[in-house]
Amino acid sequence: MKRKPEEGLLISPIRNGTVIDHIDAGEGLSVLRILGITGRTSESLSVATNVASHQMGKKDIVKIENRELLKEEVDRISLIAPNASINIIREYLVKEKIGVEIPSEVFGVIRCPNPGCISNANEPIQSSFACQKRGYRCRYCDTMITRDIASYII
Amino acid sequence: MRHIISINEVSIEEIDDILDRASAIDQGAFDPDALNGKILANLFFEPSTRTQMSFVSAMLRLGGKVINLGSVEASSIVKGETLADTIRVASGYADAIVLRHPKEGAARLASEFSSVPVINAGDGAGQHPSQTLLDLFTIRQSMPLEGINVGFLGDLRYGRTAHSLATALSRYGVSIHTITPPGLELPPSLTHDLLDTGTKIVVYEHLEDIITDLDVLYVTRIQRERFPDPGAYASVALGYRVTPETLAGVSDRFILMHPLPRVDEIDPAVDAMPCAKYFEQARNGVPVRMAMLQKVLL
Repeated sequence: MKRKPEEGLLISPIRNGTVIDHIDAGEGLSVLRILGITGRTSESLSVATNVASHQMGKKDIVKIENRELLKEEVDRISLIAPNASINIIREYLVKEKIGVEIPSEVFGVIRCPNPGCISNANEPIQSSFACQKRGYRCRYCDTMITRDIASYII
Repeated sequence: MRHIISINEVSIEEIDDILDRASAIDQGAFDPDALNGKILANLFFEPSTRTQMSFVSAMLRLGGKVINLGSVEASSIVKGETLADTIRVASGYADAIVLRHPKEGAARLASEFSSVPVINAGDGAGQHPSQTLLDLFTIRQSMPLEGINVGFLGDLRYGRTAHSLATALSRYGVSIHTITPPGLELPPSLTHDLLDTGTKIVVYEHLEDIITDLDVLYVTRIQRERFPDPGAYASVALGYRVTPETLAGVSDRFILMHPLPRVDEIDPAVDAMPCAKYFEQARNGVPVRMAMLQKVLL
């Protein structure tokens, strides 16, 4: 029986690599940015945005071929996609499922919004944020980021 | 090695210890050779009168010596040296560093690169813990800190001394009363932090609505540059000026404080009133900074 076109696979399976599923709709490209993946890096990528999801209504999915994400990279994703699930794929099979955990501190991932903060000056330091109940607090100047964290990703 | 970067990281026991030491020092109970042989590096990247002079005075009174950065224009900073490198070098010349810098978080960075204790003497609009400690000391000279009613008048949005003091006082169960022009209220993040500690915050438009219930009124300067034109500044500043008339009916233990410099916000006629403590507050900078230097150097 022929499938209806809208029921077909939006993006094809990958042989080896990582599938990041259940990303909040619209945040897929930010996830790539947080992982330092741009169009100029060598990975083969598939990104699906605003895909129908039973759990979430709409979601984004990112597939990265031939790259298995490290735990530290996975935790960075929690900044913008706390509900994401990460599947490590080998020979088309899911070999490992990793849930994201919000780290207590993040280094060098987000920029302090305060232009007067020393972490935005030409100094040999990385930005450093503590994860707190209300958001992320700059360890240098105490500025809090409480919303739109994707726009502060370095 | 003990740095003093932010009042938030100084425990209430340490605060009480520094204030107790300062109190003893103020009564003459200190060894004038306690810091003999020690050298303090004063690195002031911004102009400062009271803070710089009182740190020098504190170090000299304890028998230590002070070296200075000198003018920023004549230093290697104009050649583009990073603060991290300046700190690495200076910490090889001295036993402790006092840093004033225009960038927020500069003292935290310094503590990461220094091999000797760093005391933050003000970083941009950020922290200024020695000012907070001398403010607490000044209040404690007149009354216990626990459970008092403290009013903050003026620019609470950008006033770092008010922020640090409010944060420190929140640990003593005080009630905070703010009286500010529109747009210069406490920053929302600080308000949240204070409320999280269970501190009561009440907002007033006019000083007369609360003045007779206050134990302390902490006045901060409303800066001209926050207003679009001199006329707008003058009309707001006049409405928040403290005069002998505004202080009618204050309680017996009431004290009036200001981190100085003041411009128009306190009428000079108030200076002679017994409640005016701002010059004593400035003088308290020496015993409090002596206690801080002893804490990090001994």
